[in-house]
Amino acid sequence: MAAINLNVNGKTVTVDVDPATPVLWVLRDHLNLVGTKFGCGMAQCGACTIHLNGNAVRSCTLPVSAVKNNAIVTIEGISETGDHPLQQAWEELDVSQCGYCQAGQIMSAASLLKRNPKPTDKDIDNAMSGNICRCGTHVRIRKAIHLAAKTQSKK
Amino acid sequence: MENFKTNNSRRAFLKSSLLAGGGLMISFSGLAKFSLDGKINAADLPGEWYELTGYIKITQDNIIKIFNPNPEFGQNVMTSLPMIVAEELDVDWKKVVVEMGPHDNVKLGPQFTGGSNSVRMYWKPLRDAGAAARNMIITAAAQTWNVPAEEITTKAGMLYHEKTGKSGTYGEFASKASAIPIPKEVKLKDVKDFNVVRHSQKNVEGVKIVTGKPLFGLDYTQEGTLIAMIEHPPAFGMKVKSFDAAETLKMPGIKDVFTLKLYEDGYEQAGFDTRTFNDLLVVVGATTWEVMNARKKLKVTWEPKGDTKDKMAGRGGSREVLVPGALESTATHFAKMKEYAAKPAQLLRKDGDPETAFKNAAKVIERTYNAPFLAHNCMEPMNCFAHVADDKALIVGPHQAASWIEPTLSKVLNLPADKIDMQITRMGGGFGLRAYGHTFVEAAIISKKVKAPVKLMYTREDDMTYGIYRPMYTATYRAAFDANKNLIAFHVKGGGIPENPIHANRFPAGAVDNYLAEGWEIPSNITIGAFRAPRSNFNAAAEQSFLDEVAEVMGKDPIEFRLELLKRAKENPVGKNNEYDADRYAEVLRLVKEKSGWSDAANKQYSRGVAAYFCHNSYAAHVVDVVKKDGQPFVERVTSVVDCGIVINPDAATNMVQGAVVDGIGNALYGEQTFKEGVPEKNNFTRYRMIRHREAPKKIDVHFVQNDINPTGLGEPPFPPIFAAVANALYKSEKKRFYNQPFSAEFQKKA
Repeated sequence: MAAINLNVNGKTVTVDVDPATPVLWVLRDHLNLVGTKFGCGMAQCGACTIHLNGNAVRSCTLPVSAVKNNAIVTIEGISETGDHPLQQAWEELDVSQCGYCQAGQIMSAASLLKRNPKPTDKDIDNAMSGNICRCGTHVRIRKAIHLAAKTQSKK
Repeated sequence: MENFKTNNSRRAFLKSSLLAGGGLMISFSGLAKFSLDGKINAADLPGEWYELTGYIKITQDNIIKIFNPNPEFGQNVMTSLPMIVAEELDVDWKKVVVEMGPHDNVKLGPQFTGGSNSVRMYWKPLRDAGAAARNMIITAAAQTWNVPAEEITTKAGMLYHEKTGKSGTYGEFASKASAIPIPKEVKLKDVKDFNVVRHSQKNVEGVKIVTGKPLFGLDYTQEGTLIAMIEHPPAFGMKVKSFDAAETLKMPGIKDVFTLKLYEDGYEQAGFDTRTFNDLLVVVGATTWEVMNARKKLKVTWEPKGDTKDKMAGRGGSREVLVPGALESTATHFAKMKEYAAKPAQLLRKDGDPETAFKNAAKVIERTYNAPFLAHNCMEPMNCFAHVADDKALIVGPHQAASWIEPTLSKVLNLPADKIDMQITRMGGGFGLRAYGHTFVEAAIISKKVKAPVKLMYTREDDMTYGIYRPMYTATYRAAFDANKNLIAFHVKGGGIPENPIHANRFPAGAVDNYLAEGWEIPSNITIGAFRAPRSNFNAAAEQSFLDEVAEVMGKDPIEFRLELLKRAKENPVGKNNEYDADRYAEVLRLVKEKSGWSDAANKQYSRGVAAYFCHNSYAAHVVDVVKKDGQPFVERVTSVVDCGIVINPDAATNMVQGAVVDGIGNALYGEQTFKEGVPEKNNFTRYRMIRHREAPKKIDVHFVQNDINPTGLGEPPFPPIFAAVANALYKSEKKRFYNQPFSAEFQKKA
C-alpha cells in the first residue's frame, strides 16, 4: 500500500492503494467514478478508456504508479455539464443501445478529434477499432464523430 | 376509437395496484436515485405522488412519472414502454419522468425481457393502464366541476371543459382520481391519432449514458460491500477436489476463501436455473483488484466430475437429465455430429411422400451447414450485488427476468419471496444470457455465508468460459428436382450439441408438396442457453443459404424464387400448422427488392446476397452488398426491411435493426467458441474475435413495413437472416459457397 497523489478531472486526490492497482479500479473502487467501465482487463475492448494528458489510454492495464503527474480525465470530467460536442452528437443521433461501451467510445473519439479535427471514415475506423460495441452501434458512432467534428469546427 | 374491455384478470390487476398504492405514495426505492431521466433530479422532486395504476404517479404540481416495467438491456424498453402509457394517458412526453419500476409482478406484470416479447406482451396492458388513468382523472374533474365526463377533453396533461371554459392540470385532480374505482371499460385511441407512439423519442437514459452516471449492475454498491469472485474449473466436466488458500489469505484485503454448493444435492432446477459449475470456490475481499490478484495465488486440484443426473422441473413433472462427464473437444464434436447425422432421427414433420419424390428425382442436391458454440460476450460481465440477512435479502443486478430467479432465491435462501427485495438495473447487454439466474444465486449464498453485502464479479475470462453458450448446430438440407428443374421435395435433418435446432413448421414447409423434417440431439456437459433468436439464428443461416442454391439450380432469381414459394404457400398451402403468414413474408421480400435497387444496373459493382426469415412473430429481409477491401470481402452496405407491426419508437427501432445487422455480420464472420479436453479455448477478446469498427458496414438502411398490426417482436427477428444474406453475398464475391461458420476462417485459409 502507498499513498498516491493523482490529478483526476482537475482535482487532486490521494488514494492509499497497492501501486500496481490499475487506474480503472482506483477510479471505480476508491474514487466512486464508475463511468469508466470494466470490459476485459486486457486492453482489448476499450470500455475502460480514459485520457492521460489528453491521450486515450486503457485504464484496466495502466498501473496507478505509472500515472505520476499526468492528468487523468474520465467521462465524468470530459465536460462540466455533459455538453462536449461528442456527448451532444451521441444524444442527437441517439447512438446508445445498452450504453455500456459508450463512455469508452466517446473517450477514444475525443482523443481522435483532438489530434485530427476532421477525420475521414478510415481515420475513425482506425482510431475506434480498439473499442468493441456488442450492440452494433458502429454506424451511428461513425456518424456522431463526424457530427461532433462539424460542431467543433464551427466553434 | 377502439373500445377495449378490461378482462377479469386485468381488472383484478388494476384494482390490486390501486389497493397496494392506496393513493398516496411517498419517496423512491434505493435505486431511484440513478434511474430517473437525466434531465430531472429525483431528489428535487416533491414527495407526494398519487398513484394511478401501478405504472403512473402524478404530483399535485402535474409532474408525471411513468414506470418502465421491463428490464432494459439496450432494446429501448425504458423509453418505448413508457411511451405507450404516455400515449393513452395523453400527456406531453417531454414532461414525463421515467423511472425503472420496482420488481412487482402484481403491479407491473411479468417483467421479463426476452423472446422479443417486451412490447408485444405490454402493448395492451400499458395502453389500458394509460387510458384507465386518464379516465379516472376525467371522472375526478367531472365530479369537481359538476359537468358530464363525456364533455371533458384532454391534451398534453391538461383537462378542458369547453362549455364552462374550465380547465385544469391532471395534477390538480390526481389525489381525487387515485380514489376512483377502476373503470370497467376504457376507450383506446385510434392509432391514427397517436402523437407519442410512432414518433421517434430519444432514449430517456441517453444523457446519463454519455456522462458516465451509475446505471448498470456493475455500478451498484453500498457502504461496506465486499467483492467476491469464483474460481471455476478450467474445463467442463471437472470439479474442485481440494484447494490450498494459504497464499491467497496472506494477500492484502482478503477476508475469506471457501467452497459452497450452488444447489444442494437433489435440487430440482427450474428452466432458467441452469447450473454450469455447482461447486463454487469463492474468494472474498475488500476491493476488486485485491481479489483478482489474490485469486491467482490459489492452489487448486481439480478432478473429473463424472456422469451426473440433473433433476429438472418440466411440463408434466420433473425429469432427470443425464449429463455426461467426459471432457469434450471440438474435433470430437464434429466427428460425433457426423455419426448422429447418419443415424435415424426423430420425425418432426412430413408432408406428401418425400421418400418416393427423392427416389424418382431427376436431380438431387445435398448440402450440410455447421455453426459453432457462441459466447454471448455482453460488454458488462456478469455480476450481482446481494445483501442477505437472516430475515430478508436485497438483490440488485442486471437480470432479464427477476421474476424467474426470485422463486429460486426463495428456495435456496429459505426466505419467503416477499422478504426478497429484487431491484432491476440497466444491463450492459444480455442477448439471452441474462435470463439465467445462477449468478444471482451465487451472489446470494456468498452474502449469506459471509454475513455482509457482497458484489459478485466475473472477470471477462470468467464470463467467457462459464458456459450457457449458443449450442453447436449442424443441418443437412436436400432438394429434389424433376426433369424440368421444378422443386418437388425438400428435406432437412438437423441436430446439435445438445439441442436440435429445427423449426419444422416454418418456411419452406407449406410451400413444397413433399417435405420432411427430422432432428437429433447429442448430450453434453457444456451448458447452453438462449442466444438472440435461439435456433432461428442457425436455421435461417442454413435454410436461406440452401434456398439460394436451389434457386440457382432452377435458374431463378433468389427473390422471385422465394416469392413463388410463398405464393404457393398462400394459395394452396401444404400440410398443417404452418407458422408464418405468407403475405407478410412476401411483403418484406418485395420491399427489400425495391429499397435495395435489387434489379438496378448501378448496383452491379456489389456482390449481393439476399435472405429473409420469420421468427418471434415478425418478418425480416436483408440485402447485403459486399465489396473487396484490402483484398478481403467486406460488407459495405445493407438494406433491411422489417415487418413487426406498429413501430413504437422508429429511430430506436432502426438502431436495433442496425445493431442486429452488425451483430449478425460479426458472428457469421468471426464468432466461435471451441473446446479442447473440456477447456473453452477462447477466454478473452484476444482470442475471441469480435466485429470491430473497421469491419462494420458503412451504411445500413432500415425500412419498416407500414401497417396497423399490433406490435410483434423486434429484438431478434432481424438477426437470423443476416447470416445467410452474408453467406449468399460471399458466394458472389468469392465464387464459392460458405457452409461453415465462422466464415472468415475460410478467408484466412486462403490468405
